[in-house]
This record gives sequence, structure tokens and C-alpha cells, in this order.
Amino acid sequence: MNFKMIAAALSVATVATMSAPAAKADDLTLCWAAWDPANALVELSKDFEAKSGHKMSFEFVPWPNFADRMLNELNSGGQLCDLMIGDSQWIGLGAEAGHYIKLNDFFDAQGISMKDFIPATVTGYAEWPKGTPNYWALPAFGDVVGWTYRKDWFARPELQAEYKKTYGRDLEAPKTLAELKDIAEFFQGREIDGTTVYGAAIYTERGSEGITMGVTNALYNYGFEYSNPDKPYDLPGYVNSDGAVKGLEFYKALYDCCTPPGSSDWYMSEDIDAYKSGQVALQMNFAFIWPGVNADPNVGGDKSGYFANPPGPGGHFAQLGGQGISVVSYSDSKDAALEYIKWFAQPEIQKHWWKLGGYSALRAVVEDPTFASSQPYAQTFLDSMAIVKDFWAEPSYASLLLSMQARVHKYVVAGEGTAKEALDGLVEDWTEVFEDEGKL
Amino acid sequence: MSNTAMDRVAEATPPKVARRIRGLSDRVIAWIFVAPTIALLLAINIFPLLWTVWLSFTNYRANRPNLPVQWIGLRNYERILSDADIWATMQATAHFLFWTLFFQVVLGFALAWLINRKFKGNDLWTTIIVLPMMLSPAVVGNFWTFLYQPQIGLFNYGIAFLTGVDPTSFSMIGDVALAPWSIVIVDTWMWTPFVMLICLAGLRSIPDYIYEAAECDRASNWRQFWTITVPMVLPFLMLAVLFRGIENFKMFDLVVQLTGGGPGSITELTSINLKREAFEKWRTGYSSAYAIILFVTVFGLASIYVKALNKVKDR
Repeated sequence: MNFKMIAAALSVATVATMSAPAAKADDLTLCWAAWDPANALVELSKDFEAKSGHKMSFEFVPWPNFADRMLNELNSGGQLCDLMIGDSQWIGLGAEAGHYIKLNDFFDAQGISMKDFIPATVTGYAEWPKGTPNYWALPAFGDVVGWTYRKDWFARPELQAEYKKTYGRDLEAPKTLAELKDIAEFFQGREIDGTTVYGAAIYTERGSEGITMGVTNALYNYGFEYSNPDKPYDLPGYVNSDGAVKGLEFYKALYDCCTPPGSSDWYMSEDIDAYKSGQVALQMNFAFIWPGVNADPNVGGDKSGYFANPPGPGGHFAQLGGQGISVVSYSDSKDAALEYIKWFAQPEIQKHWWKLGGYSALRAVVEDPTFASSQPYAQTFLDSMAIVKDFWAEPSYASLLLSMQARVHKYVVAGEGTAKEALDGLVEDWTEVFEDEGKL
Repeated sequence: MSNTAMDRVAEATPPKVARRIRGLSDRVIAWIFVAPTIALLLAINIFPLLWTVWLSFTNYRANRPNLPVQWIGLRNYERILSDADIWATMQATAHFLFWTLFFQVVLGFALAWLINRKFKGNDLWTTIIVLPMMLSPAVVGNFWTFLYQPQIGLFNYGIAFLTGVDPTSFSMIGDVALAPWSIVIVDTWMWTPFVMLICLAGLRSIPDYIYEAAECDRASNWRQFWTITVPMVLPFLMLAVLFRGIENFKMFDLVVQLTGGGPGSITELTSINLKREAFEKWRTGYSSAYAIILFVTVFGLASIYVKALNKVKDR
């Protein structure tokens, strides 16, 4: 009897040991762009490592090469990245080409609801097809194009008086795009503290996505639309509408009148440098730079103010930035990667994320009554996120983007042709892309 | 006792190996030796080439493996050859090629001629002159963007010093008229030393007795230059042009760092444009056709040029 009992107990124990969930520690690699928020995420992820036992590695690529490098990685079925914080426009390709795993079942099982996130970030970073409840990412980092201005210069009595005399209104954060241009023009070439300063640092970069991310802030607000709202992919009359033409002319006029010499290929880092070194009064840039501006010894604190992209005659929008976090389907550590997403979605982690400089997209964080006053730029972030619009997120987004880069740069920076010709050309290019895709 | 190399190899062959290859003809043995190289060449050169030709007749996209691949005949070729933007990149490439080769040949030959003189510090100057070609193109591209900066760039200040114009009044890489020249200047700065070195080799290969004979015939320096120096250096110079021509036809890194192909597409060379089509837009079939067109163009031009080079050498 004893022998039988011992044997049975041993068998049960063996089976139980084998079937118990093994606490396997994985090495997870998270891929993202190399920028300030990525450093904050490294810091934040230490908590995940401590709690889960998994080891985190990071692959960060500078923005100008980010899409190139990471899309090559995905397209080749590479296993470098287990988690990808990919750009919002990649979501269509990620879903349709099978690069990302669908997260609906996981969200349901873990009680993660997309209703808990800012709606624009869910549409922009997680859904494909747009407007349907198919989720391929968790909104990770809310971002939007906005403006920074030299509050200390604006406050100078002599400049205020001169501005009021010239333009008939106070020198303050602009309420319209036209006012923004007036202010930029006012500062262009002005001597301040013995240095020549310029009006505005805006996006003009040619190689990746820079000028598109900049010009859309003018196009949207003058009436540009990506297509007929009632008939998808119907482009003529929307992309090249009269309003869109005026928007493009506005951006060129702003570039011609009010930017520093040599700013023909500027994107995020060049704009930051120009602003922090005291070259410009206004700076267009994504909101991710605001914590850095606020902490800067030269232009931080009370010296800088923030405002959302001002409205134009055709509406009030701002270009969406930001990203969602996805699990790469080629990963061998998908379970651990999902574990990371579950951990990252927790409200206390999201609150910590915001404290470290990451823009949380969780409503519990941004709708907290203390949020708007938690940082000088927090209210501007909220205002900006309420007016976002994003570029195409189609699987063929890269072709659509590169066509726009070429057409817009040719007109705005090189000064070739007219705005109408540039946008007509863009309609032709995009039509060809959608025809190739079989969507037209 | 035999002394030929073959006999020595036969004697040195271990008996076991000798027994194994006994009965094989020389031809078979030769094939055994070259087969691995041929297999490698077929795998990494010929197969990809033929695969590219096939892809050029399809709508294949490497980033969309789940889309059906359709045979579309010559459509890719038609689209490329009728695309005004592609012709503009060809024009930009031709401008870049012509002027870089022109300046590098003239300056490279002139520098070689000067360095070939015997003077104090000759070696030091040679080392200083060849320094630019030892740098990475990415580094060169980066620091020239600073040199070209209108507000802080030394280049602009140099021009301002010489001409009196305001340094911030012009932007070498932001102005449509100046940008094509900005890349010509940098490439010339970087690669003229290479042409100089080849020309120097040519100049130093001319035997002194030819010049001595010419002096006996009372030929002037000018006549010696045109009837001895130039003809004897010409094959070297043509070789340098061939090397630089091929390199500049596929120029990529330097120009991407400097201008990114802009402003607009004024400095978008064919290699940059092809890379965008192939690895950013992922139009694999289309870019394969594009690559075939470029390959045929370069191959054709290079063949004509090599024939001309051989004629000059045989003269």
C-alpha cells in the first residue's frame, strides 16, 4: 500500500510539475525611433523587467532612417524586433502584410478597452481598416504638430508697441495662420540682443517625411482633403481644391518670407537647434520636444510658450504624429511581448510614462483634473490632440508619401511651377498608386 | 630527371589522390577546379540578373508577398521611358557626371604635373592632397553641409570675402541654381586626388630619354608637352575617367548627405531615385525594369569607352 501511495503521489507530483506554467524569462527587443521619449521608455521599462523577469533590449534608429530601416526589417520578416512602436502610417501595411498580430482577442481577454484611450489615437495608431474595431496596436505615444514661441521676446514693451502699431493688434500667440505669418514676418531679420533673428523654423526636409508633416498643417486648414468623404480614393477636387492650392501657397509664402537662410532641408532636430540657439521666434515641431524646450537653460521655463496649430479659412486641424505599440508576428517571444503591452496599458504605468516625458494616450491620464496644469504645455497638448488629422495609412503609404515629398518640395523650396501644378501632379501620382493597388 | 612545374606537382601528389584522379582527363580536372567558382558566379551574379529581368515584366512588390504577381509585359519599361521625372534624374546625373569628370581631369592632371616636379616638401604636399579621398563620403557630406550653411558656413564666408556679397544671401544646397554645383564641388574636392595619383603614375612612367631626345631635336617645352606628355599619359587619364565615371554614375551617399536629392528633385541622381523606387516605395517590378535600363546604358557606354581606350593604348 505504501509503495502504491508513494508511486501515485510521485506521479501526480511529476505531472503537476510538468503542467505548471513555466516562468520563462525572455529577451525582448523593442524597436522605436531614437529620440527623447525612447530614453524615457528605457527608464519606464525597468519596472517591467523587475516585475516580469524578462530582459528588455532596445533598437532605436534616428528619425530620418527610421522608416527605411524598420520597414526593411518588417518586410524581410526579420526577428530583430519583438515589439515595434511603428509610425502611425504603417498600420495598414502592418496589418495587411501580416507584420503585426491582431490584438482584439488579447485586449478582450485582458480587459483592455480602446474606449479608455483618446479616440484620435485609437483611429490613428491602432485601427485598420480605419473606422473599424480591428486593432493592431495599443496607442503608445500621443503626438501632434504644434508651435513653440519666444514668450520673453513677445513680452518686450518696445516690440509689443511696434507690432501693435504695424499690425493693429497685440503681439501674442497667433489665433490664425495669417497672424502667425505676420508675427514671423515681424521678427524676420530683426536684431535682438545684438543678434539677427528670424521668423519661424518650419519643416522643409526632403528625404523622408519632413515637408509633408509640415505643409499639411497649412493644407488642412485651407480646405485640403485626402479624398471625397463619400467616395474613398476619389481625389480630384479634394487634394487639389482651390482651398488646398491656397494652403500650399501660404506655406511657400511662409518659407520664402520668414525662415532662416539655409533652412531648405530642416526637420525636427534642425528646428529644435534653431529655436534653442535663439535664431527664431517661432518653431513648428511635434509635441514630443516640449519637455526638452521647457527644461532648456536658454529658452526653457517662462521664456517659451506653446500653442496649437492655428486655424485657417478652411478649418482647424493639426498633423497627427505619435505611434502605437504592436507585437511583431515574426517574433519568437510573442507571449512575453503581449505581457509587455498588458503592463504598459496599466493606468499607473501610463501616469508614470507622462511624468517621465512620454505623452500618454490614456484618457484616465489626460482627463485627470490635474493634467492640464501639470506642465506648461499640457493644455496645448490637449487642445492639439482634439484637432488632429493624419496622412494616409494605406499599405502603399510610402509611395504616397514620397510623391508628396517630391511635389511639395519642388514647389515650396525649389520654387518650380505653381501650387496648382504641384497638387495636380500629386493627384496624378496618387491616382497611379491607387490604380496599381487595384483600389481605383 | 624531369624539371617542369607540372612534373614537380605530379611527384608531390600523394599516391592516394593520384590513384583517384588517374583516368580523368585534363579538361575534367580543369572543370573540377573551376566548377565551384562558376557555381558561385551563377548563384550570386547570373541568377539575380536573370531574376531581375523576369521581375521587370511583372508588378511584383517585395513588401507585399501575399499580392498576386501579374505578368504585365513591357508596361514598366513604357512607364519609365515616358516619365518626365525619370528623365529629369537622368539629366541631373549627366550634369553631375560631365562636370565632375571635367574638373577632376583638368585639376587632377594639373596637380600631378606640379607634383611631378622635384621640389622641397613634395611628399608632404602629396600626402595633404590625397587626404580628402581617404575620408568616408558620409562624413564628407555631413561636414560640407556645415561649410555650405549660409549663417555659419566657411564656404559662404569665403565667397563673401572674395566677392563682397552677403554670406547669408545665398544657399548652396537650398538654391535650385546652385545645388547641382554644390555636389559637383564636393565630389571634385574629394576625388581629384584619385585622378592626380593615376596621372602621376602615368607621368612617372614616361622614360627620361624621350624628353632628352626631344631636347636634342630642340623641341620646345610646349611641343614636348603636347607630343610626349599628353599622348603617353592619355591611357592613364582615360582609365581614371572610366573609374570615376562608373563611380559617379552610381553616386549615392555623398549626395544624400548633402542635399537629399533636393531642392525639389534637382539633385536627385538616378541611383537615389532607383533606391527610392526599390526600397522605399517597394515597386520591385518597376525598379527592376529601371535597373535593367541603367545597366544596359552603363554597359553600352562602358563598352564603347573601353574600345576607345584600347585603341589609344595600341597607338
